[in-house]
Amino acid sequence: MVEAAGIPTLCMTSALDITRAVNPPRAVFVNFPLGHQTGKPHQPDLQRQIVRDALRAFETIRQPGTIVELPYVWDPQDRTWEETDYTGNFLPPRPEKEDADRIEAERRARFAEIK
Amino acid sequence: MPVEYIPRTRELYRDYAPYRWVVNTDTPPWTPLTRPISQCRVALISSGGILYRDQPRFHREDATYREIPKDAVQADLDVWHFGYRTADARADHNCVFPLARMRELEADGTIGELADPAYSFMGGIYSARKVRDELAPRLADELKRRRIDAFYLVPA
Repeated sequence: MVEAAGIPTLCMTSALDITRAVNPPRAVFVNFPLGHQTGKPHQPDLQRQIVRDALRAFETIRQPGTIVELPYVWDPQDRTWEETDYTGNFLPPRPEKEDADRIEAERRARFAEIK
Repeated sequence: MPVEYIPRTRELYRDYAPYRWVVNTDTPPWTPLTRPISQCRVALISSGGILYRDQPRFHREDATYREIPKDAVQADLDVWHFGYRTADARADHNCVFPLARMRELEADGTIGELADPAYSFMGGIYSARKVRDELAPRLADELKRRRIDAFYLVPA
């Protein structure tokens, strides 16, 4: 939609099968667990390198629907995450409305003072 | 081997009506980059459910987006999303919303300019129609208004 409106787009992905189905104009694949498409927490060098590689694909992809696969490996010693990611009890519990309201009220109060 | 997420999603959401995946078999739309990325104004968006300070949380099937000031820091940001494990993103938003990294890549000249604001929405929207007919057109208008040259999307 954005691409059709005249703005080049590029989408990160860690789910190759979904991205192949959706078929966006430009995509960059990193084989990391969901929730880490631009890297591991507190590893700014890794994150920056992934984002830099991804942005480069704005220039290197010439064919609509191309998926560039980056060679990053989550853990060379342990690939068991691939067996367990997004299975079983993966999804976090959704809080009840009262809890969600309380969490939100606390967050808003925290920032109300420093606004 | 890349994980196959479509069958895993079917299994995780087996109590719901079967999800009809968006399948696009046509050639995608295409707009060529008009100048090197080092001269582009690049906008960042994450579907990771990022919130800035006192912004309202996302609700079920929420097809709205939040504007995140480009100078936001970790302490300004929260995550509200129940479709992925958010612990790492909460500890360091750059896992799914690489705002600090984009600022660095602006500073070192990799991109011309990081657009202000950046954007986030909560990607766990069941209705593809809502995304297509509500969220995407609003974003396209916003990006055109702000004269964005390239749009970088990070899902979660």
